[in-house]
Amino acid sequence: MLEQILSDITPPPDREGRILHGFSNNEDAVLVKAPPAGLALVQTVDILGPIGNDARLFGQTAAANALSDIYAMGGWPWSVMNIAAFPSPSASSDTPLSVLTDILSGAMEKVAEAGAVLAGGHTLDDEWIKFGLSVTGVIDPSHAARNNGLVPGDVLILTKPLGTGVLATAIKAKWHDSDRAERDMYHWTTRLNAHASSLIRDMNLRAATDITGFGLGGHVLEMAEGSGVSVELDTSSLPLIDQVEDFASCGLIPAGTYRNRDYCSCRTLKADSADELRATLVFDAQTSGGLLLAVPAERRQEACERLEALGEPSFCVGRVLPPREDREKLILV
Amino acid sequence: MLIDTRGLSCPQPVLMVYPHLSGSDPIDVLVDNTTSQENVSRAARRSGWSIEAREEGDGVVRLELRKQC
Repeated sequence: MLEQILSDITPPPDREGRILHGFSNNEDAVLVKAPPAGLALVQTVDILGPIGNDARLFGQTAAANALSDIYAMGGWPWSVMNIAAFPSPSASSDTPLSVLTDILSGAMEKVAEAGAVLAGGHTLDDEWIKFGLSVTGVIDPSHAARNNGLVPGDVLILTKPLGTGVLATAIKAKWHDSDRAERDMYHWTTRLNAHASSLIRDMNLRAATDITGFGLGGHVLEMAEGSGVSVELDTSSLPLIDQVEDFASCGLIPAGTYRNRDYCSCRTLKADSADELRATLVFDAQTSGGLLLAVPAERRQEACERLEALGEPSFCVGRVLPPREDREKLILV
Repeated sequence: MLIDTRGLSCPQPVLMVYPHLSGSDPIDVLVDNTTSQENVSRAARRSGWSIEAREEGDGVVRLELRKQC
């Protein structure tokens, strides 16, 4: 099955000859050139179920989502392996193989854009479609941004607006204007976090993460606890993709978003002034969300100007505060 | 009217209730998870309905939706 599909897709170019011995002769493993001396490897794997209705754009989204973990540390992708679950053509499955071809094609477009090479992959027969990448990246270990590097006084800058969980629910519901919602969702989910990652290296930032399944609130809470600080998020300036607040007020909020909120509730302090709906959307489960960059307050303007020059949006969503004695490390105002 | 959403997951319960929110007849909705309860309540509140939640046991909640004058 895989041979037939692989012959239909264009692998990303290998300009530097990173693949020393590939999988073209049915090898089960691939020899990959090691990165230059002094650099470390950074590895990750991430797999998604389908989001939206376009196979190619889902492939792009799943690839951008997996690559993002490398970008969040300030690394750059070196090689990837595909991981796909797909129903074999049979009497019980009416999903054509062209869907998998489209998913892989979309993913390879993003891998090529990221400058990584394809080192192989694995497909398994499964009732439900899933796709993702195992990604090996390269990083200068002395300048890696970490989850536990927040310092009181930092401001938190987000590089994509929020709400893909709500949009995916509206699309699933075929809600009115969900075609526009789907375009908006893919616009953001297929976008690589490469430029935002370059800022981590250029400004030598200590702490960053990418916003995915736990939502902004969940990921910020992880960082606050890891860093021994508290974080204040301003719900009134929460950047939301067009229509998200409207859909959410209609009850199109996914279960994952409520789970995130409830899981974090005993460690979250919501000010009376914070709007309830927005305090929930802080936890909206994101697919291929933006990077959250911790920037010293005095360098905030510089960071925003650098991001703008790179063509990236920047949303200042909160600030890092000294530790609190109680359990509530996330404050929503 | 009684709408039974037990066993269904988001966004089905909202899709079942939403078309009836343009009327004014009382609606009772059975839900069996917090996502359904919150989402149906949001949809109703937005359309100007009051919501009363009553525990029915076994994790089931009856949402009594009443159109506010």
